[in-house]
Order: sequence, then structure tokens, then C-alpha cells
Amino acid sequence: MSQYLVLIYGDPSYEAGSSDDVMKGHMKFGEDHGPRIAGGNALQPTTTATSVRPDGAGFTVTDGPFLETKEALGGYYLIEADDLDEAIRISKDIPMPAGGVEIRPVVVFE
Amino acid sequence: MLAATVRVTRDLDLAEECVQDAFAKALTTWGDDPPRNRGAWLTTAARNRALDVIRREATLRTKLPLLVMDEQDPQGPFPDDRLRLLFTCCHPAIDPQAQVALSLRLLCGLSTAEVARAFLVSEPTMAARITRAKKKIARARIPYRVPAADELAGRVDAVLAALHLLFTTGHSAPAGDQLVRHDLVARALDLTRMLHALLPLPEVMGLEALVLLTDARRATRVDDEGRILLLEHQDRAKWDRAQISEALELVRSALTEDPGRYALQAAIAAVHAEATTYAETDWREIVGLYDLLLRQWPSPVVRLNRAVAVGMAAGPQAGLDVLEPLGDEPVLATYAYLPVARAHFLTELGRTGEARSAYEEALLLTENLVERAYLAEKLSGLEAT
Repeated sequence: MSQYLVLIYGDPSYEAGSSDDVMKGHMKFGEDHGPRIAGGNALQPTTTATSVRPDGAGFTVTDGPFLETKEALGGYYLIEADDLDEAIRISKDIPMPAGGVEIRPVVVFE
Repeated sequence: MLAATVRVTRDLDLAEECVQDAFAKALTTWGDDPPRNRGAWLTTAARNRALDVIRREATLRTKLPLLVMDEQDPQGPFPDDRLRLLFTCCHPAIDPQAQVALSLRLLCGLSTAEVARAFLVSEPTMAARITRAKKKIARARIPYRVPAADELAGRVDAVLAALHLLFTTGHSAPAGDQLVRHDLVARALDLTRMLHALLPLPEVMGLEALVLLTDARRATRVDDEGRILLLEHQDRAKWDRAQISEALELVRSALTEDPGRYALQAAIAAVHAEATTYAETDWREIVGLYDLLLRQWPSPVVRLNRAVAVGMAAGPQAGLDVLEPLGDEPVLATYAYLPVARAHFLTELGRTGEARSAYEEALLLTENLVERAYLAEKLSGLEAT
């Protein structure tokens, strides 16, 4: 069993909880795949993001996401799956009102 | 052989090394008296070598995770390891170019240098591409498995797309001094035949028929000087009839009630193959097949091909009218065949000036020397009139 971080990308201005359909979708996802979900959260929109970068002397703190993109990270799940095919199968049940998801295998340090 | 060894090693690189070791061992032990079943001997040697290495290095080998395999059902409904390997190589999570490269490397046994030459890239570039794909297979845990029935259709599409890419790369080399790369076409045909033997689905037969039909014309696509001969001027007596009749049989099996895109493309190629002369080509039938194909696969390139068929069936003006809106398609903006088709119909309509600029536009868009020579000749033909 491996862990995969599933990053949910979509409209940067999307407010989690603003759509009943999407909320219901996440509830159903939780019910259907409960044992496979090791974690997950919804994020506030990118207008609330703050970026911190080392600048040699110290740190520069700026308003906004690390990268301005058409589709922004809006939330994530940490899921457990036997292999990539199963991770893809599970991820297809995540609500994706706009955009889609990116599946990243989690590194295991031994 | 490699596919069977992967089952033991669960590591693509180690499997390749063991297969090479087996060949080396064969060279030293066979001498003048090779065993009757050489394939089985080599596979056994490679697997034994793999077991040795794994036993010895059990504690050392931790650099990459092992391939994902189903332990309890080693045979499953698909007993052939090559099919598993093909599905692993052509997993949609792998870059399409790398899918083809990996298949050539691991299933056809081409060296990295040979695969690099096939795709006209440097060996280090190809080596990096293959390594990246192998690492992705291991790290993302892409399983070594034929997908379950409910996913099979979609995954077969990915395999067919990779094989089709291999075939088209060989059939019309995008660059270089040869129009056709027979070696690549032959590999595409080998792999498609293998897939058909293991998984006789209509679309697999469709692709096999398409490759056979297109390749049946190989002897007639260029003249003695290496210049392009279009369908119109090809010597149909030199088409490979045996290959065509094999393909026609396959087309009949592939054309189900709701035929897929490869079956339809093969059916179009079959209409050409069955016409005894160019003039007898049933263009109306071809337009009808393109209409069906567009429903399956609404791509601008298919619309372009359909437009050409419309022009052949209903006259050059009709063809131009259908081509007209395709100029706005971004996908076709750098596609030389669009201005070539326009130039052809414009020439027939006697609009020489416009035809000339269309051929000039096409010349800017192709790097293939044989195609360039063809276009230059067309242009000088127009100057003469």
C-alpha cells in the first residue's frame, strides 16, 4: 500500500463550502472511500495566500500564491492505494467543478 | 523473454541486465551445438540469473521500489507477460513519446541508440527520456498488469495510440532524407500482430488492417529517384496483394455495428486498395466513411481528409468550400497538407496564382526532404503554364 497526495486544482477564486453540490460530492467521496483516505483539507481561496521566499539576507513576504496560474490549488486528499491505477480510480470520484486533480506519489524514507 | 524475466526481478533495469547476461552465457556455452529450444534456454538462463542477483543483493537493492504485481494470480485471464509489459509501457500516465520508446526498447529489444535514431534525437536525450519513464513506473507504482475488464477498453486505446504513433512516424518520417522508415513500420506491425494474438478486439484488428493496407503500397510510394508518387500515380500492380487480402479479412471482422476509429480508417484504406484504377475509386463511399469517422474522432486532420474526399467526389470547388473554414483551426496552422490540398483544387480550377502561393506556404511547413522536393516540382510545373 502506498500513499498518494491528490492535489485538487480549480478556479482560484472558488470558496470552499459555497456550493452544496460540491460539498455533497465530498461527503459521498468520504463515505465511499473512507478507509483509503488518510487525510485531506479544503483551502481558502488564493486571495488569502502568502508567499515567503529567502532573499539572501532574510525573507521576503508577499501577498499571493507562489505561482499565479489559471487553475489554483484548492484542496487535497492524502489517499492510500495499491498502485497508480487504484489511485486514479479513487481520484476520479473527487468532485472537480473546474480543473482537475494531480496525483503525486509520496516518498517513503526508510 | 524480457517480459518473463521482469516477472522475477520486478525491476525493468535488472531484467534487461539479466537478459544480456543470458545472451553472453549462450555465446560461451553453446559453441557449435546450440540447444533446440533456444528461446526457452535463454529465458530460463535470464530468470536464473535474476534469482541469483536478487538473492545476493536482497539487502542492497533499495534504490527504487519494485514493480507492482499481483501475487496470488500469476496467470490471470492473460497468460502472456509481453501483454503486461506492453500495458505497463503504454500506460497513459507515461509521456506518449516515451511510451513508444519504452515499447521499442523493452519489447522489440532495440538499443537506446537505435530508438534514438528512430526518433531523430540524440542518444543522451533518448536515454534520459527512457530513464525518466522507468523511474515513473517504479516511483508512481504503475502496475505490471493487464487492466481489469471495466478499464480495458480505455487502456487498449492508449496502447493502440502508441502503436499508431510508431507506425505513422515510420510511414511518413517527419524529417530526414527518406519518406518511409520501413524498420519502424515493421516494428509497429510486429507489436500490433502480437497484441492481436493476445487480445483479439475489433479495434486491434482495425489498427492491424490499417497498418497492413498502408504498408502494402510501400513499393510504390516513391519512384526510382526517391520522389513521392501520390496514390493517383502509383503502380497498383506492385501493391502487396497478399497483405491486402489479409487486411480485408481483418477489416470485415473489425467493422462491428459501432466501428471504432482504426476500423474506419482501415475501411477507407480498403476502398482505395480495392479500386483497380485511381479513376475507379469510390469517393462517395470514402466521404461516407469519413462522416462516420468524424463522429468517433472529431479532429481537424480528419476534417481535412474528408474535405479532400469531398473535392474528389463532387469537384474542386466543393472541395475548396469545405477546406475554407479549416484555415482557422490552430492545429492545422503548421500542417503542410492543408495548403497542399488547397493548391491542388486551385490548380484544377485554373487559379494558378493562388495555387502557387499555397504551395509556397506548404514548403515553409515541411522539413522532410522528399516532401520538399515534391512541392518544389509542383511549383515549377505551375511556373511553366
